[in-house]
Amino acid sequence: MKERLVQLEVLRYNPDTDTEAHFQRYEVMCQEEWVVLDALNKIKADIDPTLNYRWSCHMAVCGSCGMMINGEPKLSCHAFLRAYEGVIRVEPLAHFPVERDLVTAPDDFMEKLKRVKPYIIPKEKKPISEGEYKQTPAQLMKFRQYSMCINCMLCYAACPEYGLTPDFIGPAALTLAHRYNQDSRDGGRKERQEVVATHEGVWECTFVGACSEVCPAHVDPASALQQMKITSSIDWIVEHLIPGGKS
Amino acid sequence: METITTDVAIIGAGGAGLRAAIALAETDPTLRIALISKVYPMRSHTCAAEGGAAGVIKPDDSFDMHFDDTVGGGDWLSDQDCVEYFIHEAPKELLQLEHWGCPWNREADGSVAVRPFGGMKKKRTWFAADKSGFHILHTLFQTSLQFPSITRYDEYYALDLLVDDGRCQGVTAMEMRSGELRQIHAKAVIVAGGGAGRMFPFSTNGAIKTGDGMAMAYRAGAPLKDMEFVQYHPTGLPNTGSLLTEACRGEGGILVNKHGRRYLADYGMGPETPVGQPQLKTMELGPRDRVSQAYWHELQKGNTVTTQWGECVLLDMRHLGEKKINERLPLVRELAEAYLGVDIVKDAVPIRPVVHYMMGGISTNTAAATPLPGLFAAGECACVSLNGANRLGSNSLVELLVFGRRAALSAIEHIQGLPAGNAVALNAQAEKTQQRIGDLLSRTDGTESMSGLRKEMMDTMEKNVGIYRTEEGLQEGVSKIHELRQRYQRVILTDKSSVFNTDLFQVLELGSMLDCAEAVTVGALARKESRGAHQRLDYVERDDKNFLCHTMVHHQGLDVPRVDYLDVVITKSPPGVRDYSGDHK
Repeated sequence: MKERLVQLEVLRYNPDTDTEAHFQRYEVMCQEEWVVLDALNKIKADIDPTLNYRWSCHMAVCGSCGMMINGEPKLSCHAFLRAYEGVIRVEPLAHFPVERDLVTAPDDFMEKLKRVKPYIIPKEKKPISEGEYKQTPAQLMKFRQYSMCINCMLCYAACPEYGLTPDFIGPAALTLAHRYNQDSRDGGRKERQEVVATHEGVWECTFVGACSEVCPAHVDPASALQQMKITSSIDWIVEHLIPGGKS
Repeated sequence: METITTDVAIIGAGGAGLRAAIALAETDPTLRIALISKVYPMRSHTCAAEGGAAGVIKPDDSFDMHFDDTVGGGDWLSDQDCVEYFIHEAPKELLQLEHWGCPWNREADGSVAVRPFGGMKKKRTWFAADKSGFHILHTLFQTSLQFPSITRYDEYYALDLLVDDGRCQGVTAMEMRSGELRQIHAKAVIVAGGGAGRMFPFSTNGAIKTGDGMAMAYRAGAPLKDMEFVQYHPTGLPNTGSLLTEACRGEGGILVNKHGRRYLADYGMGPETPVGQPQLKTMELGPRDRVSQAYWHELQKGNTVTTQWGECVLLDMRHLGEKKINERLPLVRELAEAYLGVDIVKDAVPIRPVVHYMMGGISTNTAAATPLPGLFAAGECACVSLNGANRLGSNSLVELLVFGRRAALSAIEHIQGLPAGNAVALNAQAEKTQQRIGDLLSRTDGTESMSGLRKEMMDTMEKNVGIYRTEEGLQEGVSKIHELRQRYQRVILTDKSSVFNTDLFQVLELGSMLDCAEAVTVGALARKESRGAHQRLDYVERDDKNFLCHTMVHHQGLDVPRVDYLDVVITKSPPGVRDYSGDHK
């Protein structure tokens, strides 16, 4: 197997000892087909056990290992070394506070996720003994793509609005609200609108589309947010312009 | 040390832990629930399960058939009362997930779709494309957000169980971002900490699968059961070990050797079935133990394909066509393309067996109770004896649900009328944890590198406790793991920081894995027969006279653990022949 000497420049920060973050350079022999995470793991095992980052699945589904790689939000388990030349710069995910080294605090995202009520609020409740809610493949396809979000938060790191306006609920959480709104079993849209159809919600989005570009799960949050804007506008028209209308 | 007082503490927030938490919250909204995990819930390894979850739902299926498949698949080491309970609960749990929004694939009429899986006589595997575990985990996590009584302790590394007055009453844990210790006093504790596949070098398991929950219960006096039964999944990517789901074969993929022969026909799983028309419970839909063992024989015969990643066989899905692959196996296509550079639409993909799942774990009964009062366990960390000597694919995702819920109900029963704990005694125990961690952080005379010990452990497990085992190899394995446990006492901790110290967590995880590894090797050496996933070249037959029993391994500090046995519960299916030939009934 072909090997290659890879140089990584990793942002280090330890609140116990450092007043500010600094870059540390590592050189490590890697196999051609490796990803950035493999290089970090080799550094941690053989060179510097004090380097800190999160990871688990190594197959782009657990969402743990998001970081900035040459300035772009990436899952490090899905950032192939072959795509990079020269020194690879590795930094913690943008727009989140750093706990230590490449470990950021996702508290804000976790709180926002909860606020959009990302769970079925049943249209009609029925007991398990009555079996499944029927859902045709076409009804499933209306929301399935939006259910693929792995909560890796790369879209928050890419979103310029979130960077400027931290109150913005943000791409992933809004997309999950949309996912439940679009589910034929759900009747909770109105409850979610209280959070979603506000200036912290979809109206903060300026449709830059960076979220969809960086999404490793092909969720396309930008399209979800656009659809939500349209339905929220229709709500407004029904409520304000149609005589006797109510949303 | 700060004390948190709760009613039920759950360690692990994957499928089993979340299901338990929701069951507690739904059953009694006044209960205080502490859900503790070393990762955020959606990072839990349940997310990596691909193929699906088995439950009888279609009119041509029956509980008896699911029972027979599970018991035979487990080579008669399953407790049959447990299997009986499980098969009846399974469809209810899968429907419950449906009601919570799980995006199960559907038939044209809107009913839930099922797919074939290895060792199952009927199509009964519910699936959400090939991301079933991912969707189950996220559905559970998102559903859990509506219950105010669930307090999550995300990124708290659980350390030691607190046991006083003969019952489990809590746990100590470290908040990872601050390094501060907490003692969590609880009337009952549910361990749902997952498996320990990372003790092997080549595994489908994520980095977090280090057996912490198993080891914690084991150290506290709960025995580990049937640990020698380690499942190899037949189809892993040869470089990263990433799983290519059994659904690849369920949908019609075939396994061929370097001569293009469908070699499974040579190992009691023939005759060949027509390509693209998979038949249930034979050939590529044989059980995982048999299919993985066939690879080993092909390797001995020189029939494998030599690749830059080592010896492989080929999984060929080309005949399925691009449309079906994209609809049913999109993740598999992505994984093979990204990590191996193979497009499964155009080429066969090289694969080899990979460590996937621990049938063994913390000994529990059908009520998800361990022998230690107040301690319950569910999911891969537990051995409730559903899976016996070999788990059938798509039974484990359901196991999380059925026994996660059952653990919650048993915990509620346990805490009724329970006297208050002795806070002074619990505090004294928690101080022992503090002492242990303090010693580790202040130690300056370490001589053994963590990564060095870890590598020796992994190499030992692969070399001596693999698909086929021998007395000599196992003897070597037992003494080597025992030696590593002694040397671990002198492990070097380089990083002394308080904040998110992953050097410290890796050291602690290695301790957990070594405890589990010792239980695996000792159990394997003592079991002088071949059954399911435990295959001995020196004892090639199943021995129901001497080994129709569960291995129970008891922790003895730094000494070699004590082994005894527990009878298997047989209710209606006496041990028989596992027939996966095309002629089976």
